[in-house]
Amino acid sequence: MSTPLEHDYIGLTETSSMERSSEKISSSSSSSSIPSIEDKTSKTANDTCLNLKETELRLGLPGSQSPERKLSLFGKDLETNDNKSNGFAGSSPLKNLVSGAKRGFSDAIDGSNGKWVFAMNCKSEVELAKGAVLASPRGGLDSKTNSQQAKTSVSVMKEVVGVPQSPKPVQDKNNLVPPVNEHASAPASKAQVVGWPPIRSFRKNNMASNLTKNSDEGAGCLYVKVSMDGAPYLRKVDLKTYNNYMEFSSALEKMFSCFTIGQCNSNGLPARDGLSESRLMDLLHGSEYVLTYEDKDGDWMLVGDVPWEMFTDSCRRLRIMKGSEAIGLAPRAMEKCKNQN
Amino acid sequence: METSELKRSKDSVNSYESARRSSFPDEVLERVLFLLKSHRDRSSVSLVCKDWYNAERWSRTHVFIGNCYSVSPEIVARRFPRIRSVTLKGKPRFSDFNLVPENWGADIHAWLVVFAAKFPFLEELRLKRMAISDESLEFLAVSFPNFKALSLLSCDGFSTNGLAAIATHCKNLIELDIQENGIDDIGGSWLSCFPESFTTLEVLNFANLTSDINFDTLEKLVGRCKSMRVLKLNRSVSLEQLQRLLVNAPRLAELGTGLFSQELTIREYEELESALSHCKNMHTLSGLWDAKGIYLPALYLACTHLTFLNLSYAALQSVEVAKLLAHCPRLKRLWVLDTVEDKGLEAVGLNCPLLEELRVFPADPFDDEIVHGVTDAGFVAVSFGCPRLHYVLYFCSQMTNAAVATIVQNCPDFTHFRLCIMNPGQPDYLTNEPMDEAFGAVCVLSGCPKLRKLEIRDCPFGNAALLSGLEKYESMRSLWMSACNVTMNGCRLLAREMPWLNVEVMKEDGSDDSQADKVYVYRSIAGPRRDSPPSVLTL
Repeated sequence: MSTPLEHDYIGLTETSSMERSSEKISSSSSSSSIPSIEDKTSKTANDTCLNLKETELRLGLPGSQSPERKLSLFGKDLETNDNKSNGFAGSSPLKNLVSGAKRGFSDAIDGSNGKWVFAMNCKSEVELAKGAVLASPRGGLDSKTNSQQAKTSVSVMKEVVGVPQSPKPVQDKNNLVPPVNEHASAPASKAQVVGWPPIRSFRKNNMASNLTKNSDEGAGCLYVKVSMDGAPYLRKVDLKTYNNYMEFSSALEKMFSCFTIGQCNSNGLPARDGLSESRLMDLLHGSEYVLTYEDKDGDWMLVGDVPWEMFTDSCRRLRIMKGSEAIGLAPRAMEKCKNQN
Repeated sequence: METSELKRSKDSVNSYESARRSSFPDEVLERVLFLLKSHRDRSSVSLVCKDWYNAERWSRTHVFIGNCYSVSPEIVARRFPRIRSVTLKGKPRFSDFNLVPENWGADIHAWLVVFAAKFPFLEELRLKRMAISDESLEFLAVSFPNFKALSLLSCDGFSTNGLAAIATHCKNLIELDIQENGIDDIGGSWLSCFPESFTTLEVLNFANLTSDINFDTLEKLVGRCKSMRVLKLNRSVSLEQLQRLLVNAPRLAELGTGLFSQELTIREYEELESALSHCKNMHTLSGLWDAKGIYLPALYLACTHLTFLNLSYAALQSVEVAKLLAHCPRLKRLWVLDTVEDKGLEAVGLNCPLLEELRVFPADPFDDEIVHGVTDAGFVAVSFGCPRLHYVLYFCSQMTNAAVATIVQNCPDFTHFRLCIMNPGQPDYLTNEPMDEAFGAVCVLSGCPKLRKLEIRDCPFGNAALLSGLEKYESMRSLWMSACNVTMNGCRLLAREMPWLNVEVMKEDGSDDSQADKVYVYRSIAGPRRDSPPSVLTL
């Protein structure tokens, strides 16, 4: 499906195997330079009455300040969507994407059955849609919990769904339909995000908690995948080789600096360049990126809120996320632990 | 009973009209027809003549309703006065994938109210994709003193409190089968609601509930229900606990284990292996949550007679599954995760010649960064070794036209062919051509006289396609078209031409008024339904 790789940060578009299917995305513009990202952020900020300062997120180490989260705004957005009778995220998400309104991360429903699921359209070349989040309630299965339960904790299950262009489930013998590679217009792509892949929700939920790659866990090894938005491929790190967040974060910076600066050798290794590294630090510690991880329960949390050992115990994989996308991802790790104990 | 024989009898019967009544009383006919179980045969019987129609309706004890809106409970009750078992299906299949609005309908309660009045001796209720509330479950539990079997699959709207009501009130319960549902799992205390005197349970399936249950209660329940033959546990039951249960229930025919990974001592492992080896009757094995390869050998001796193995919650590697399958020569149905890869599927082809059904699920469908899983090669390998294969669900990363052609040639009996290429829009990765040829190999494009359900998603078919099947739709159960190019006008035309069809359109907010985003068409003698939510228009 998708790789989160439309552009590097100087604005050069990466070509990918996905590109030929990405003509599906209507109104796509492939310009995605940093200025436009800022445009998006400020437009978003204006639309949603957040100031930029508050959207500023940093690669947080324990003890660093993190900005207040404005969850209520997004929670409210999603409550209204809740009332819509579609099993789909209310008003046209593509329309909203174009207008710059963002769906944040919802407050989750307690309990394993009631997680909000949202699809991340990372594949899109629409600059405003890039990384924007579609919240889609989990459909008819949780009607009870959705409307009734108080939203106490933020827990978020993310599905990275590259926009599936005509998915081709061939139904049984009775299927008369040959698949056709021409694609319908935008309304069809909207529907494709919901209901893809065609797997029952119970199984999807089980996968989230079953993401331990057993083969990677030998004695004393704890490999987790680290992906970075915009990077062409991901890396694996052994969490056991680090003793604290400092070591970990500097290792990550080294690993990923080449992607952000756009200066790699042909074999993908970071270029040794003093200027680049300091620029990376600016990027990582500035408003650009935030480091998040997916824990045992399938929730995405900010890195740095819990003690290091607790983190390595529960971390399943990592994602270096654009700061603007991480709005609403609350550092509620401690609260969550308290609730569970 | 052969329907041809019945038809011959009909001829001779009709020519001796008055003599027939005294020589072949209705009661006898009913007695004979009572033995007829197949629905198709029963339908044929009911068409012979009026007397046979009546004899059939009086002797029928089980009714299967494939679409709850095709008929009303009153009509069912009028025609079949002696029903003891009902199977009902409600929402269209794509509701499993969140393509149907939450409040779409298919509520069981109206049916239960009629049943309580007309079928007070109802024993069995099997529901699929119906909406059922805790209140309805409680109503069910108290309204039918003979109630014996409840099976729920893909239903929603209820919680474990509803199960508690069933456990509390149904004194004669034999079967409680809770499959994948949208259940609000509040806790495991429902299990403790079975009275201490209760011993009749034969089927207990709570594998898809996530809450912990009280193991002590479970152990006692299993211990006193001596006829238990199906036991499917949830994740909260450990390997050690499994061993204790098995010691008391060696006659199990179907076992769903709990979590299959735990630190076991050598002795504990041997005890488990021993307990499993005593299950000589086991034909179905599932659960195996998070199964670790090192413990699989404990299963080997239990697998000799296995016909259905569900490994779809165990991320096994090819070598592990190959070793296990070497002990499963009689396997007919196999569900696995794509972690077994093509090599694992080769082992399927080599070891399981009797295989009829294969489902390969993606272990991590949203993880597209690393290429893994199964490809066309795995499917082809299975088809060479398993000529009886007829039902496949296959999530893969790539496929070719040639592979599909080979598969279909090796396995001529296909009834269900469900292929899901995880990178949609991918052409044949070898020839770069669209996958049209593959579908020509599998389907007959014109014809399909036995077509019963047709489901089309995200294809550019429009009104012409919709209207071309006009004559077909009344002989089909249903048609679903979503994200196609069908318009409201096309649907209106269909509704006008075919009065026996309900044409329902589900609109999505913000979409073009003239587009029919999702269309669900089905035959019905109950007329348009009255309980549709605002987002569903009946034309």
